[in-house]
Amino acid sequence: MIEDLILKLKKEIINELNLENITPEDMDAEAPLFRKGLGLDSIDALELVVLLEENYGIKINASKEGPKIFYSIKTIAEYILNHQKKINQCSERSS
Amino acid sequence: MVDVFVGASNTITSIGFSTAGHVKQIKANKIGISIYPGGNLYPTPVPLSLVDHRQLLDLFQKYLCKTKTDLQLGLFTRLEMLHILSISDVLKSSGINIKDPRTLIILSTTKGNIDLLEKDSYPAIEPDRIYLWKLGEFLKSFFNNSNKPLVVSNACISGMLAILIGFRLIKAGMYDHVIATGGDIMTEFVVSGFQSFQSLSPKPCKPFDAARDGLSLGEGCGTIVLSRNHSLCGIPEKIIVVGGSCTNDAHHISGPSRTGEGLYVAIRGALKEASLDPLDIDYISAHGTATDYNDEMEAKALSWAGLERVPANSFKGYFGHTLGAAGIIESALAIDSMKNNELFRSAGFENPGISKHINILTDHIAKEVNRCLKTASGFGGCNAAIVFKKI
Amino acid sequence: MEIYENFNILPSRMELLITRYIQLQDHRVLLNGIVEYVSEVGSVGKFNRSVYRHYNIDYPKFFKMDNLSKLGFLSAEILLQGTDILKKYLGEEIAIILENASSSLESDEKHQESIRDRNKYFPSPSVFVYTLPNIMASEIAIRHKVKGENTVFIFEQFEPEFIDHYVSDLFRNQRVNCCLSGWIECYGDHYQSFLFIIEQEDKIKRFKGLQECVILNTLNVEKLFKGKSI
Repeated sequence: MIEDLILKLKKEIINELNLENITPEDMDAEAPLFRKGLGLDSIDALELVVLLEENYGIKINASKEGPKIFYSIKTIAEYILNHQKKINQCSERSS
Repeated sequence: MVDVFVGASNTITSIGFSTAGHVKQIKANKIGISIYPGGNLYPTPVPLSLVDHRQLLDLFQKYLCKTKTDLQLGLFTRLEMLHILSISDVLKSSGINIKDPRTLIILSTTKGNIDLLEKDSYPAIEPDRIYLWKLGEFLKSFFNNSNKPLVVSNACISGMLAILIGFRLIKAGMYDHVIATGGDIMTEFVVSGFQSFQSLSPKPCKPFDAARDGLSLGEGCGTIVLSRNHSLCGIPEKIIVVGGSCTNDAHHISGPSRTGEGLYVAIRGALKEASLDPLDIDYISAHGTATDYNDEMEAKALSWAGLERVPANSFKGYFGHTLGAAGIIESALAIDSMKNNELFRSAGFENPGISKHINILTDHIAKEVNRCLKTASGFGGCNAAIVFKKI
Repeated sequence: MEIYENFNILPSRMELLITRYIQLQDHRVLLNGIVEYVSEVGSVGKFNRSVYRHYNIDYPKFFKMDNLSKLGFLSAEILLQGTDILKKYLGEEIAIILENASSSLESDEKHQESIRDRNKYFPSPSVFVYTLPNIMASEIAIRHKVKGENTVFIFEQFEPEFIDHYVSDLFRNQRVNCCLSGWIECYGDHYQSFLFIIEQEDKIKRFKGLQECVILNTLNVEKLFKGKSI
């Protein structure tokens, strides 16, 4: 399941961040996104915040939570899955 | 050798419709930034500094009646009302004839009439007034000035550039007088944009403070007279522009350089042109937006330039960051400080939160101010510094 | 009594020259008036991409820029390629003084559209950052480490007289030693860039194979802009 999400995220990131000449196959899910690897910058981090909100309904603070969540594509995927798990647990409790 | 005097000014923000009005409110520690509850400008609550709309309409209507124009309120955008009131106030106080062919209008704005992009915002106004040059032409025609106005749009240093370019053009003999007018209005366009950068504080901003967590947006308009002829300036004090400089960090389109080098070079350039040493400066009117990066960078630049002991403040704690108007509004207030030899506390500042010590004012004080440095930085990595001197 | 300084006359060793210029318009790239590249007819986006590829430029950030900044970036990139400008002058000595008409209107409309519907409210920082016309100058500055004076003026049409006077004044007062100046305009289907390098006569040497340099004055700038011979 996480593999599917990782592939989906790769495509979304390529699209949203205008990464030219990069395919999902080129992207290492565990490589750092910032400083090394894709070398994304602060605006890219804010775009990832928008991506998370628009596509997954999750709101985060870029400067406080961003560095940890956006470390790699895998950490983003794990965060999304954990968040969705918590929501499911909450709705199960309330039903 | 031509001296370029600064003269009468007008400032309009949430705390007043005149420079004197601003000073009165600042002395009373009035903060014009309050929580906007959510509505047209943004869906959720956010601190904003807004010009009193009813008072604006009232003053403008009275102005139209007094000047006996046939024009009605609906033919002016909000920004145009602000500029017209601001320019007319300055013309009242100074002896400058705006119809004189030796008078130039320089307009500074980041977004101009951007509210024209909103559906049905101004049914009676041509949509092409969204072009900044058209806004300039509109103001020039309104006041019957004969020169093509200069329009400067350079992010948050626009206002300072209007003053600096006015200074240069008068010194070069191209004009004798410049009306430098800067303005920007609050719109959903701007609020949403800054929110997407997560750069707005959830509380009124705290420039240079350890607890600072973002800027507060403000709307406003400022106008100031520049002239080679002191007797037309409208103020008894002889205050001149003596130097200025503009640089680019060449680092990143939205984040300032971490070292402060670009602003440092601008400060150094301004001081060099003014033939002054850092120790000659009596007061600094800083940019101080209350973002983490700007204030840190600015403190580094000021310290690097040897200005760490000079009393400094940011006005943005009183009325927010007024973008294209900021450089002119804040310069006008800095010059007022020079006129009256009084400095104001930097609103919102309690404990220093920058890595380099600078002397941020914590109280209003009386001090002889003969030489003042004004600084600003903006999106795109641009920086500006101007030195004003009393002679 | 005429007391105005005569700003039009500079000492001859201080003659200001346009040493190279570029135009991107009508799906063409012209360097010093000569057509270097013709792309397929199409949108400005298509044109920008094809120019980028044709000149083998390698700068991934290009793809994040809006069309206005892409146009400015490409103009500066090709103009400076093969010159020694960035070796001859420090970054602080080079100014960027530009004019345009539409400011950043295309990006403005894109941003406004993103906030039109409160039910689909996702304003994008990478769009918003381009809603300032000076960003096109900054992209050039960042790429080439140009750190001097930088200002964008908004005029209805290209104003060569203003560039002539204002830039001459910058040189005369030793605020710059080299200037990139011109007109970068882009909105909808209309795009036009005209960018030129200004240097002082005593600081340049002739390039091989290029046209002779042209004296900076209003008439010459206007002629180059309109594609007329000097």
